[in-house]
Amino acid sequence: MVDTKTASGQPERLQLLRVLGPAHIWALGVGIVLVGEYMGWNFAVGKGGMIAGLIACWVAGLLYTCVAMIDSEVTSTVAAAGGQYAQAKHIVGPLMAFNVGLFLVMAYTMLEAANAITIGFLLDTVAGMQGHTGLHQQPFIVLCVMFLAWLNYRGVLATLTFNLVITAIAFMAIIALFLSVQFGVSSVPLDFSAVTTDPMPYGWIGILASLHFGLWYYLGIEGTCQAAEEVRSPARSLPYGTMAGIMTLLIAATMTWYVCSGLIPWEYLGQAGTPLFDAARVTGNRGLMVLLFIGTMFSTLASANGCINDASRAWFSMGRDRYLPIWFGAVHPVYRTPYRSIIFLVPIALIFALGAPLDQVVTFSILSGLLGYTFMTFNMVMFRRKWPLDTIKRGYVHPMHPLPTIVLLILCATAYVAVFLGYGTQLIAMVSFYIIASLWFHFRRYRYVRRGDQFTMPWPRPEGY
Amino acid sequence: MDMWTVLEYAAWALSALFALLMLSDMVRIDTTYDNDLLTSSREGEIEAAAERHTL
Repeated sequence: MVDTKTASGQPERLQLLRVLGPAHIWALGVGIVLVGEYMGWNFAVGKGGMIAGLIACWVAGLLYTCVAMIDSEVTSTVAAAGGQYAQAKHIVGPLMAFNVGLFLVMAYTMLEAANAITIGFLLDTVAGMQGHTGLHQQPFIVLCVMFLAWLNYRGVLATLTFNLVITAIAFMAIIALFLSVQFGVSSVPLDFSAVTTDPMPYGWIGILASLHFGLWYYLGIEGTCQAAEEVRSPARSLPYGTMAGIMTLLIAATMTWYVCSGLIPWEYLGQAGTPLFDAARVTGNRGLMVLLFIGTMFSTLASANGCINDASRAWFSMGRDRYLPIWFGAVHPVYRTPYRSIIFLVPIALIFALGAPLDQVVTFSILSGLLGYTFMTFNMVMFRRKWPLDTIKRGYVHPMHPLPTIVLLILCATAYVAVFLGYGTQLIAMVSFYIIASLWFHFRRYRYVRRGDQFTMPWPRPEGY
Repeated sequence: MDMWTVLEYAAWALSALFALLMLSDMVRIDTTYDNDLLTSSREGEIEAAAERHTL
């Protein structure tokens, strides 16, 4: 065994490396989300028509703007890995923290599995276009998960620099498609006649149902908080990266709706597997087709990569606080990554990627995310009550409190109704799962938690305590 | 054997390689370093030294 004492005789401590900047935070947040522009959001059009797609885009955009503002304020003071899990632990309590930690791990691991499935599907499509039928998708799914897990294992700086490059290329591909169509490269003109001829084919219920898939435009932007312990200046970089990320996504989402809705009839768009790539194919321009295929692949890889990063940080944080076995709270002495958590989550992601249908996996991810957003509402209210503005130094103070919180709560409630319309059984099954997990934590696990050790932030005593 | 079949085998081989690299390194680290050191991380430590929450 190596010596674990420092020169001063004090026990040495291993910490995650603080090497990231605001650009990496942007890459983490946008990288996880941008795949939602390349696929998935368009099912909102299928649910309620072309107008529903735009309403879902902006309503979900408002929901996530609230999420980004609230997260930016709280996380600029709770600069710890685990993000919302650490926030819940300090502000609400252990049981809420355990649940939020599970929401995060489930949301990101399921999204990672969904991305790996998509990589397999995309390669199968390309093989089919080249005349190869019956491609085995499993080796590519496994390779996607293994390669990205290995990258995450080796260090956070290389992982998120990789994410920065491929996310930027995927975002530029959307901009390039938008500009090309605007400047007449497309052989098919933009056609928005359905806005007037068939504005709401399924009425208001269609508009409501479309919100479920509108979440895909932005799902995962809150993942920026997971890097809080590895960013050089948390109070500055986290709000900056997160807010830049949501602005990027609002632009990308609106451009995506505009180009796809203008080029592809809404009846087809509502069922398309890869809407942006399909829009590029409609233009008839080979260069755009190649670019948007690369964008689709890169956005999917970036999302899986960010999900591995975030799920492992949440799992690691729970292990470190003994909410899970302490074994998971280990840091690699050379790479300074939560290496045991990264490896542990690989087989879980593979089980879902190889054995579960895509829509179920994604729905499980969306619902876990939605539960997390609901938590943010009362977390924010409690945070401002317990630690008013003049008691803790914040890197960012979000405006008009409590309006964003109220808006977020209303939109979350609406989204639950929207999800229930399509996936009511899954919603009930998942809530039951979290209730059982909570009972296990309360009666079996919490006895192992060292009550004092879990609260290490140098915060003042909360108001009223 | 066409290109895609070769790629399938290559993907399996690379997957095994990445898995082996991670697992062998984890075993090496776990047998070289004391577990107390590996699990010694504490949240907020750097925060406490670098930026105290005072106005």
